[in-house]
Amino acid sequence: MENLSFEYSASGKKPKRFHVGVVGSGDLEILLEPSKDSMAHVTIQTSVGGFEGTWKAVLDRFFERYEEAANIEIHDSGATPGTVALRLQQAVEGSRA
Amino acid sequence: MTESVEYQLAPEVLSLSNRRSYIELNARARATQLLDPGTFHELLDPFDRVESPWLPLQGIVPQSDDGCVVAKGRIDGKPAVVIAMEGKFQGGSIGEVCGMKMAMAFALARQDNEKGIPTRAVLSLESGGVRLQEANIGELVIAEIYAELVALRRHIPVIVVIAGSTGCFGGMSLAAGLASYVVMTRQARLSMNGPEVIELEAGVEELDASNKPFIWGYCGGAQRFAAGAADVLVEDDAEEITNAVKALFRQGQPAQLRSDKYDQYIAFLSALDTSRQWTAEEICKAWKEGAK
Repeated sequence: MENLSFEYSASGKKPKRFHVGVVGSGDLEILLEPSKDSMAHVTIQTSVGGFEGTWKAVLDRFFERYEEAANIEIHDSGATPGTVALRLQQAVEGSRA
Repeated sequence: MTESVEYQLAPEVLSLSNRRSYIELNARARATQLLDPGTFHELLDPFDRVESPWLPLQGIVPQSDDGCVVAKGRIDGKPAVVIAMEGKFQGGSIGEVCGMKMAMAFALARQDNEKGIPTRAVLSLESGGVRLQEANIGELVIAEIYAELVALRRHIPVIVVIAGSTGCFGGMSLAAGLASYVVMTRQARLSMNGPEVIELEAGVEELDASNKPFIWGYCGGAQRFAAGAADVLVEDDAEEITNAVKALFRQGQPAQLRSDKYDQYIAFLSALDTSRQWTAEEICKAWKEGAK
């Protein structure tokens, strides 16, 4: 298991909290909620070590469009980058619904 | 010139396309489904972050609800609690947190009943049994679950739903045995030891876990229903399962609890000729005739 954390600058806007996903094989769980400061924070617990670069690439792309000051907690059970991106999108949509 | 062709779908194909699967729903969606629309209220939700303290110590990623969703709400307009397990997280295993959520949900429902609020309980199971990474604590909380389930069913029926695709094995198979009613789909399985475990322990000559017709023949939903270990056999249809649960609550307490028939079961099992391999059909027939 590996623990990773990332930080991104954000606009002042805070999201509503939303939960999506399951920590099942090839899947992940995301807890999205407003952050306490004006930054976006991502913490990841992943079952597969050695993919920090891949996580950063997926998150960099996600935060090109996403500007809210969110705390995003990820529990990952070996999801592919595509699944991660889809779950992130689902969390964002859910938090805006 | 083109000729128009009219397609006629067989009724069973049509019903398949109109059906909403219960098995494909995750635990939270199952709890929402079983409760009356708009009444779902989760206790200890993911943002309460009551997760397993033991899994990360062993290098395993935890889940924010520890694989157990507890929700209060209403069923058929009456107060209810639904406890739904997530089979995809750690094989639906019972760890300390997940098991304690279950036991305490039963305890709170019992306290409600004692105060004159007739809170009914549904347990939606997907479980491989105790979580080996939390073995001793897991077994202890499973004992708590049994005690609380038995205390609650004196007041009000406790209904177990076993849908698939994990099935219901180990400690939770005994919880199913203690329930007032058991609802199963054909896809579901119910047995003390899972087929993979038996194969691992006793060898592939004893039991081939990859032989699916044989496995479902001895522990699948249709077999369990025919043998009297389940009360209702349903299609994998969210609406049908919800209605089956409502209908059982309307029936009220069963005439006799399955777990009170132990004398008959013991007599039947001791008279059984175990020197030969029984077929699934023979077992169903024997259970029906012998264990009534």
